[in-house]
Amino acid sequence: MEEVRLMKGNEAIAHAAIRCGCDGYFGYPITPQSEIMETLMELEPWNTTGMVVLQAESETSSINMVYGGAGCGKKSMTSSSSPGISLMQEGLSYIACAELPCLIVNVMRGGPGLGTIQPSQADYYQSVKGGGHGDYKLITLAPGSVQEMADHTVMAFDLAFKYLTPVLILADGIIGQMMEKVVLPPFQPRMTEAEIREKYPWATLGKPANRKPNVITSLSLQAEEMETINLRLQSKYRKIEENEVLLEEFSCEDAEYLIIAFGITARICQKTVEMARAEGIKVGLLRPITLFPFPTKEISHYADKVKGMLTVEMSAGQMVDDVRLAVNGRIPVEFYGRMGGIVPSPDEVLKALKDKIVK
Amino acid sequence: MTTNEIISPENLVYTKTKVMNDTPMHYCPGCSHGVVHKLIAEIIEEMDFQEKTIAIAPVGCAVFAYKYLDIDWQQAAHGRAPALATAIKRLLPDRLVFTYQGDGDLAAIGTAETIHAANRGENIAIIFINNGIYGMTGGQMAPTTLVGMKSATTPNGRTVGLNGNPLDITKLLAQLDGTCYVTRQSVHTVASVRKTKKAIRQAFENSMDGKGTSVVEVVSTCNSGWKLSPAASNDWMVENMFPAYPLGDLKNE
Repeated sequence: MEEVRLMKGNEAIAHAAIRCGCDGYFGYPITPQSEIMETLMELEPWNTTGMVVLQAESETSSINMVYGGAGCGKKSMTSSSSPGISLMQEGLSYIACAELPCLIVNVMRGGPGLGTIQPSQADYYQSVKGGGHGDYKLITLAPGSVQEMADHTVMAFDLAFKYLTPVLILADGIIGQMMEKVVLPPFQPRMTEAEIREKYPWATLGKPANRKPNVITSLSLQAEEMETINLRLQSKYRKIEENEVLLEEFSCEDAEYLIIAFGITARICQKTVEMARAEGIKVGLLRPITLFPFPTKEISHYADKVKGMLTVEMSAGQMVDDVRLAVNGRIPVEFYGRMGGIVPSPDEVLKALKDKIVK
Repeated sequence: MTTNEIISPENLVYTKTKVMNDTPMHYCPGCSHGVVHKLIAEIIEEMDFQEKTIAIAPVGCAVFAYKYLDIDWQQAAHGRAPALATAIKRLLPDRLVFTYQGDGDLAAIGTAETIHAANRGENIAIIFINNGIYGMTGGQMAPTTLVGMKSATTPNGRTVGLNGNPLDITKLLAQLDGTCYVTRQSVHTVASVRKTKKAIRQAFENSMDGKGTSVVEVVSTCNSGWKLSPAASNDWMVENMFPAYPLGDLKNE
């Protein structure tokens, strides 16, 4: 029988990383996600699976350690919270251009600036629109439970190696800190060097006599070459958009109105849906699980079925832009949100739904 | 004596190392990079480490180092090479991992990565080319630019009041418990080239022996940036750079 355990979302990520054969974690402490590295250091995976865990001198350094590890075809990851993720944007741009697979976890807190240590979703733009310089995207997963923190860790590495691209888990301070039931993923062995050499022949593991040198780089001084690289990246992002959209629908079948929310906000809005339905308001909830690729088609589909949509976020309204692009003016799309670490209650979302959409 | 008799194998006194490929270099004539590249290639061949080496190229003129040495490379963001090297060496402890960095890369934007990798005692070698100037971007002031030295951003010469002091980062690195070998060399004479080769070989051997971080600074010329001929650059380096950055071992444990 599967063992059910009780733990924090941050702890679940650490356990899942070890279990899915992660080779290296490189991080820097920041609230509210420090339990990820703390748990790894307590579990000492270097004595069991051989996984390397290292506390770096900064987030700038940890993302570049991830670059180094990923360039060797090793399953490499880091985690941080909003201000630390800002520091990593240079490295992420390089990793995206060099087409290296890796996992970054952002357990968001309120910003801007040093902000608060309370939960937020205000890094949506930074996550799904690129974040650093140049035209690139990160596959962005938005877990809504401790179980998904574990599951998404495994899925993120699979996607990263499938598309050779960095994958971001975009969580928030609540999912990182709250304790829930979780069934951890089964153990899978770390890739052997022979497996890496066979599956990922670009990896810099040392050059055998019979092949050319491998070079991990993002530099190309010729504009034509650089445009070719950009076109390759864009075609990869189109494939990801076609194949990897994930979402969850709740009470959408007969819905006249739709709430759109991700992560912990979707959990709150689920309660709002129950309360609204008890009052006879037919409302459903659509929870994007992948934020890039965004469920544009699915939301567009609902624009022809419902009377209005309410996007709820712990931000000033960021994902609502993508919802409006999907809807393209066909129905009203309104926004309700709280900022700076304030978590909206189901009641205030219900009030917003009535005030802004159900008139 | 016929030509074939002269070029017979027993008369061979020099051959290009096979770790160096035939790509024409982009470095300016007189630049020290080419000599140091060749030394590294020769050492890798002599140690029989071509299959076990992963090198990290910097941002700066040596960004294209990967075009010239027939080994696996990663090219780092500006200053971040020691962070990459840290992860690579920890994940692949039996590989030779070294960074190749200039003064702007190592001693300005990458100071934190350099100091902390060295302080952790990562088993890597750091080859540090110090020519006191940003070569690739057009000759701006570097952290190691001498007081009074002219550059694109110190057109009237570096002054302490306006620009601060030159940074002797190698001296700083020698103070750290994580470093086992810190030396300063040059490649402007035959004798100095030989000494530098010996130093880099020791740095590579140290990192394979797990002794900690080795740093080999090579005080170098940038005749394009310095606006001097290659020969005059060597003289200028001896007269001005060596007093500020004296050659020799700072630490050898």
